[in-house]
Amino acid sequence: MSVPATGVSSAATRSGVEVRLEGLSRHYGDVKALDGLDLTLHQGELVVLLGPSGCGKTTTLRLLAGLEDADTGRVMVGGQDVTGLPASKRDMGMVFQAYSLFPHMTVKDNVAFGLKLRHKPRAERDKRAMDMLELVGLTTQAGRYAHQLSGGQQQRVALARALAIQPQVLLLDEPLSALDAKVRAQLRDEIRRIQLEVGTTTLFVTHDQEEALAIADRVGVMRDGRIEQLGSPVDVYTRPETPFVAEFVGLSNRLAGEATGSGTVVVRGATLPLVDADMPAGPVVAQVRPEAVTVTSGGSTEAGPLTGTVIAITFLGATSRVTVDLGDTTVMAAMATAEATSLAAGERVTLTIRPNPVLVSAESAAASAG
Amino acid sequence: MASVDAGGAVAPAIPSELAGAGTAKTRRGLHGRRRRRLNVFRYIAFAVFGVFFVLPLLALLRMSLEPAAGAGGWSLAAWKQIVSYTVVGTPSLISRVIVTLELGVITAAAMLVLLVPTMIWIKLKVPWISRTVEFLCLLPLTIPAIVLVVGLVPVYNWIQQRNVSTFMLFWVYVVLVLPYAYRALAAGLNSVDVKTLSEAARGLGASWFTVMFRIIAPNMRQGILNASLLSFSLVLGEFPIAYLLLYVNLQVEMYSISRNTPNASVLFSTSFAVLVFTFLLLLILSYVGRPRRGRR
Repeated sequence: MSVPATGVSSAATRSGVEVRLEGLSRHYGDVKALDGLDLTLHQGELVVLLGPSGCGKTTTLRLLAGLEDADTGRVMVGGQDVTGLPASKRDMGMVFQAYSLFPHMTVKDNVAFGLKLRHKPRAERDKRAMDMLELVGLTTQAGRYAHQLSGGQQQRVALARALAIQPQVLLLDEPLSALDAKVRAQLRDEIRRIQLEVGTTTLFVTHDQEEALAIADRVGVMRDGRIEQLGSPVDVYTRPETPFVAEFVGLSNRLAGEATGSGTVVVRGATLPLVDADMPAGPVVAQVRPEAVTVTSGGSTEAGPLTGTVIAITFLGATSRVTVDLGDTTVMAAMATAEATSLAAGERVTLTIRPNPVLVSAESAAASAG
Repeated sequence: MASVDAGGAVAPAIPSELAGAGTAKTRRGLHGRRRRRLNVFRYIAFAVFGVFFVLPLLALLRMSLEPAAGAGGWSLAAWKQIVSYTVVGTPSLISRVIVTLELGVITAAAMLVLLVPTMIWIKLKVPWISRTVEFLCLLPLTIPAIVLVVGLVPVYNWIQQRNVSTFMLFWVYVVLVLPYAYRALAAGLNSVDVKTLSEAARGLGASWFTVMFRIIAPNMRQGILNASLLSFSLVLGEFPIAYLLLYVNLQVEMYSISRNTPNASVLFSTSFAVLVFTFLLLLILSYVGRPRRGRR
């Protein structure tokens, strides 16, 4: 597995311990949840595991937390083998998808609970709890109970509680999934700010690719219990290594093309560079990002490989998605809403494909050519 | 949550000639009439059952306030007798009242010690066994007291050779209250997200013991209270097993008083006091049982 250097340099300056997962496997009956997974989190780094449900990302987190036992493999934290340790001895802060505040305790008692278990004196507990609440901006809610807080506030308290014990590792299991879109984006940025501030090595699990790309030092895209690609958000998005990654992270148009054998592919007349320059010549399917496609109207309306009819314009806010029917296939283009409004459904348009590196796959070419 | 407001949600789907105020009004009218009819039914049912339950109680109260059964007039003598009444050859009435109350407390406590950790543990660690345990806990409900006693006699022979205290009844009473206590505790436990809370606590460094007693149990206090009060009330009213195993609890004592002096006024006053006490307990149960304001 390739581990790009991006992100590591910035993380190395921070505190925190290194976490190594070595050959972790886990079965549930006949289902293979994890299949020999290797992953290293550098000191102070925030790694996001991204993938569809059932890909093993949560299992990875639970194995690291000690909430489940691995069939095989080792978990190393700060150079120490913690594989056999129970969750209560692993010193990890956790935030869950489900609201997990203890309902019978106030916010402050929740945050101080871990310190109480460590027999810290009351004054120290109180101070640390208030410091943590300040970090998440909730000092005014210290005396309240979980049921008096909003979902976003509850997750903030959960984060404060997880950090109060000064954990070696912070584990976030889809902490934002239960929140509404606006709070989610806010809290996402806040988690990143706090994580940078405290410098704790962090594993964040999500199925939301936008969240993953926004917050991560490195993103690991998972599928069927393995990491398909691990790299910086920019790498994963712009240079997906497998068709699955290209499909799962962002949208892709799958277009039939012809690899030239010299590092390029010809897709509907346009010559594009390849991610994998060694691709032999032959028919392939190229994955073209919608934002690499530009739509121009009013040009020549002669039939051509990149001329078609607008069939739908989907307004997404600042951008719009334009779907164009090219006769034998449809192509999505992402463009600024200001430009998209000049188009109308039914209009004849010409597409241009920007020469960004594209991922191609030969194996599915036969299927889609037929 | 999606609004279930019929007017708002349904109106757009109704063809225009039917739509609007007319339909809504008709529906509201129908609804109102049905609700009124339901209310009338409720009041009648409430009144009938009220009379059915309250009348005997009032009669009991009235008889407990007579100087002698059927004598008419008013007197507090029967109530004063509760503390002093004794039948020759049996323990004093008041001692039986106290023993039975204590037995109720012991039974409730023993039930909690037995059931609360077990049920939390099953939920946390061995959920597949929960059906079996539920079945076992409900079993005493289906076995008649007399059958239970036949099975228990050898056990109690053995117990009575070592300890003759009436408190020893709590062994069988714990079994007897299992069905009710189990149900109450299960309801309390189901209202707690045991998995997430325990994992959160484990992550913070809590031992399993801490998880059970400082995290899960405090959050099922409603179920714990219900189970305790139900167990306690059940013990207050238990007669057949105590009688057949030759113990003298409150109900057995009252039975022997009535055999000696069929119309002893003290029977009425004691019965009334026990009934009212149990009612109060159940009333507490149903009031404390309500969710606190703003909770969840």
